[in-house]
Amino acid sequence: MDNLLSIITFVPALAALILAVFLRGDDAAAQRNAKWVALFATTVTFLISIALYTEFDPSNTGFQFVEEGEWLMGMKYKMGVDGISVLFVLLTTFIMPLTILASWNVTDRVKEYMIAFLMLETLMLGVFMALDLVLFYLFFEAGLIPMFLIIGIWGGANRIYASFKFFLYTFLGSVLMLVAMVAMYADAGTTDIELLLTHEFATESFSVLGIHVLGGMQTMLFLAFFASFAVKMPMWPVHTWLPDAHVQAPTAASVLLAAIMLKMGGYGFLRFSLPMFPVGSDVMAPLVLWMSAIAIVYTSLVALVQEDMKKLIAYSSVAHMGFVTMGLFATNQQGIDGAIFQMLSHGFISAALFLCVGVIYDRMHTREISAYGGLVNRMPAYALVFMFFTMGNIGLPGTSGFIGEFLTMMGVFKVNTWVAAVAATGVIWSAAYGLWLYRRVVFGDLIKESLKTIKDMSAREKWIFAPLVAMTLILGFYPALVTDIISPSTTALVEHFDTALAAAEAATQHASN
Amino acid sequence: METIILFAPLVGAILAGFGWKIIGETAAMWVTTGLLFLSCALSWVVFLSFDGVTQHIEVLRFIESGSLSTSWSIRLDRLTAIMLIVVTTVSAFVHLYSFGYMAHDPAFKDGESYKPRFFAYLSLFTFAMLSLVTADNLVQMFFGWEGVGLASYLLIGFYYRKPSASAAAMKAFVVNRVGDFGFSLGMFALFFLSDSINFNDVFAYAPTLAETKLTFLWGEWTASEVIAILLFIGAMGKSAQLLLHTWLPDAMEGPTPVSALIHAATMVTAGVFLVCRMSPVMEFAPYATGFITILGAITAFFAATVGLVQTDIKRVIAYSTCSQLGYMFVAAGVGVYSAAMFHLLTHAFFKALLFLCAGSVIHAMHHEQDMRNYGGLRKKIPFTFWTMVLGTLAITGVGIPLTHFGFAGFLSKDAIIESAWAGGSTFGFWALVIAAAFTSFYSWRLIFLTFFGTPRGDKHAHDHAHESPMVMLIPLGVLSLGAVFAGMLWYNNFFGHADQLGEFYGIPVAEATMHGDAGHGETAAHGETTAAHGETTAAADTATEGHAAEGGGHMVFAGEPGQGALYIGADNRVLEAAHAAPAWVKVSPFIAMVLGLLVAIWFYLVNPALPKKLAESQRPLYLFLLNKWYFDELYDAVLVKPIVALGRLLWKRGDGKTIDGFLNGIALGVVPFFTRLAGRAQSGYIFTYAFWMVLGIAALVTWMSIGGGAH
Repeated sequence: MDNLLSIITFVPALAALILAVFLRGDDAAAQRNAKWVALFATTVTFLISIALYTEFDPSNTGFQFVEEGEWLMGMKYKMGVDGISVLFVLLTTFIMPLTILASWNVTDRVKEYMIAFLMLETLMLGVFMALDLVLFYLFFEAGLIPMFLIIGIWGGANRIYASFKFFLYTFLGSVLMLVAMVAMYADAGTTDIELLLTHEFATESFSVLGIHVLGGMQTMLFLAFFASFAVKMPMWPVHTWLPDAHVQAPTAASVLLAAIMLKMGGYGFLRFSLPMFPVGSDVMAPLVLWMSAIAIVYTSLVALVQEDMKKLIAYSSVAHMGFVTMGLFATNQQGIDGAIFQMLSHGFISAALFLCVGVIYDRMHTREISAYGGLVNRMPAYALVFMFFTMGNIGLPGTSGFIGEFLTMMGVFKVNTWVAAVAATGVIWSAAYGLWLYRRVVFGDLIKESLKTIKDMSAREKWIFAPLVAMTLILGFYPALVTDIISPSTTALVEHFDTALAAAEAATQHASN
Repeated sequence: METIILFAPLVGAILAGFGWKIIGETAAMWVTTGLLFLSCALSWVVFLSFDGVTQHIEVLRFIESGSLSTSWSIRLDRLTAIMLIVVTTVSAFVHLYSFGYMAHDPAFKDGESYKPRFFAYLSLFTFAMLSLVTADNLVQMFFGWEGVGLASYLLIGFYYRKPSASAAAMKAFVVNRVGDFGFSLGMFALFFLSDSINFNDVFAYAPTLAETKLTFLWGEWTASEVIAILLFIGAMGKSAQLLLHTWLPDAMEGPTPVSALIHAATMVTAGVFLVCRMSPVMEFAPYATGFITILGAITAFFAATVGLVQTDIKRVIAYSTCSQLGYMFVAAGVGVYSAAMFHLLTHAFFKALLFLCAGSVIHAMHHEQDMRNYGGLRKKIPFTFWTMVLGTLAITGVGIPLTHFGFAGFLSKDAIIESAWAGGSTFGFWALVIAAAFTSFYSWRLIFLTFFGTPRGDKHAHDHAHESPMVMLIPLGVLSLGAVFAGMLWYNNFFGHADQLGEFYGIPVAEATMHGDAGHGETAAHGETTAAHGETTAAADTATEGHAAEGGGHMVFAGEPGQGALYIGADNRVLEAAHAAPAWVKVSPFIAMVLGLLVAIWFYLVNPALPKKLAESQRPLYLFLLNKWYFDELYDAVLVKPIVALGRLLWKRGDGKTIDGFLNGIALGVVPFFTRLAGRAQSGYIFTYAFWMVLGIAALVTWMSIGGGAH
């Protein structure tokens, strides 16, 4: 299996192609076929990707399953995974079949819908595997197009505004990233990420427009990438596109957005910012830590007063991503392990929460919290699942949500106790908004006339949640499944980072002598 | 065996919670209860056969990251063993009791199946509590800590139709989270400094902590002090100490067996357990323990005053619990951890008993909880009456002064009061003595209002008042035994001489160096003591009355931190000093108890019109107490409302006006330009985007092929 990564990446694209070329008509049969093809393709992709987990050698901190080849116009096609990226690949392939299942009731342009999702999977997978700058950029940016289309075509009433906002943010970010990539190529003479990881970018401070730039080129490059990744995460204060995008997106798109696409920012920090621009990262780390701490408190407080369920969960996502960036820029083992764990865990939990909203949205066609109340009376299974994931979101020990928060805070405590203390208040806020939402939606007597006939979850819905429940619990009780894979790579990353910093330090001292 | 104790309740919870549809309701109830009794029996075996040597049993790997290495494992030492019997015994009998109490709950409609859920939650709680007390590292303890919080949340909100119940459940969880905030930071600080959160490593590192400075927030502090305070904040939440106590009275929304198990006997004592467990750290934190003492004393006093005027039978007992927890913290604060554990043990029995008796009364009175509607129930429910009197005798501390003969509370509470005096906390001592008088008053008030006088309130309810079924009475009987004998039985183990304690807890002891050396007078009192010097020295010279002959009085603790279940510093002689306390100190709680009883008799038996008159003449004070010192109102005004307002402000102003406003400003200028560029399509920006991306890549590629050629 020399092309394992390519196979995983392009099976969905192939399925999309098959749908596009061979599936004709829009009758019930065609719709059914489209769904089954998509489900089949994503499931197969997932099954193949399991080989990635079993064959992966955690003790090797380099890239594995590497494929390299010439491509268009002299560009390189290079794919590979290491301990940092491999689990994101698995997360993606794991979530995809669930989103297809969650879209089973789509009736509008089903074929196109499924094509968009399949293409999206290919592009997302590519992001986590690409080992070439151009290739990465291509996947990273192109992934937005299907998402735009999904929100724009199958989205809610205000979808135009939402995708417009989405566009504006990401566009500004990616322009800067592109410029930085060009600069990197100019400096290093290669677009090969593996080589770039060993390249040392200049750290001599210089002045631009009268501003003294500590860390020099590394800081500039860092900032350019930061513009793109911070929007993707999203970090405060560039987060406001996310709640709107979520609210307008169909359930399955929300799931992908929260579970996978937000992780691209975090992954980008891990792949580029920290290892390639260690000095720049170090210079900017205090700022990032504070932005993260503010994000946790700010967005939690905003979540507290939301009236729309999806918006509430979207804001909660931003808060949880705050823990991720905080952990990453603590730049120690616990912080980074925690950040990766938090991203994976959030992939399961936020996906499930958006699916929870989807379940009742499908029935009542409203996301207003005030439209619900007392659901436990008629939907006990739903109440249980929703409770479970609410607790996961709150970070209850025993769920995967706890491990990430715990490790990131532990990591950052070593660096800055203020940030740790502010972030730790997040455990209070998340309980407040999470339980308040739950109380308003699920508890109480069933009084509202419109809810009197609401039905509990169907077997299909239960099957969507089952794997998510399992993963949340398994990782919560036995996090070694993840940490065994990622730890060697993060250790290497931290060591590389510290060495680079020390070298730069020594160089500056040498220069000043 | 320990593994079975721990996991039997979990198995029960899963079987009952998910399998009741298959095995049936009754079977689910029997399975959980049976497994709990199994756990209970094994716990007693463990407790009685435990030899003082700490054991570690590893179950599974847990969080590992760099130097952080934790596992799911069981730590069995004396503290664990004590907690095992407390938790499993009370839990087993509460399960049994619930057969009767939950049989026909009017809060649920016919055909609704609520019993398996209830039993599953109870067992889940027990599992979480057991994993808390058997934890071998802080993070597993935190798992149990939060797990009991979850179970508590689920059980307080058990009557989910009642808005007040779900509000109380949420309040309990969120307030506890405030405590958890401190607990977490304490853990992080410990890990930061000692590079481990496993108990053994932390304990061994404790002496170093006292000499380490930690930069935390705005200042630099002694590390042990910061950690002790942070962990204690966690304890404050769980154990409902002042400032974080507001959730406990509201938690009475839950079914009464829950109040007995979680909110009296077990969960709320987790904070005390934490402080005792961390005794090696606490011993090196004199200021933090001083704070614990004072806060505990204030809580004991505060809660007792509020208890004086409450009319809801469960709330009276809830405040009583809050107050008694304050006692335990005082004992831990002055460094007599064993006395704290002693009261924890006896309190578990008599307070669970009182709650279950209250449940029996409520059951008899068709879920009426207001004591103003009780009266004269003595004849109707005699068994409940007599067991409740036993519980009251225990909590108020009835016994023969200056001997070790009395009800459970007499021995344990007096031990604490003597320790407070010996520990040099004059304030603590007096606060506890006064609280003891109040305790006696409100406890007897409860008895008199409920069982004596003429029936008040709904006549129908009184006519049909009936004794509870046998499944409810058996637990009352068993717990009564504990309330009567637990104190006398274990006095020497918890509050005996150093060598007796040493044997019980597995702490090495050594012969004390002879009189006259420096260690004697000045270290008799623990912490920053000033008051007790003279008396202590004098008392110690008279060599502890009758016990001198044993020679045990001369033994002192000589363990290193981590040896044995508790660590008691070599200069901590509070225990000795407490034994040597003058007679007036030892008798004072008894006098306070008698005073409280007499006033209660006068108010509620002799002259029943008096309380009302007094309430009217002292109206502001009465309202102040009735409204629980207005803590809820204060928090609502100072915290809840401003926080919600801030959230709204950040949302509308921050996100809406500022951030989006800024972007819209740009957008208005820039976007129409792009849209025009891309053409007329309604979703033109998508194409714009794609266009720019392609353009970008094209530029990149071109540039590279030119630049790349140069290399």
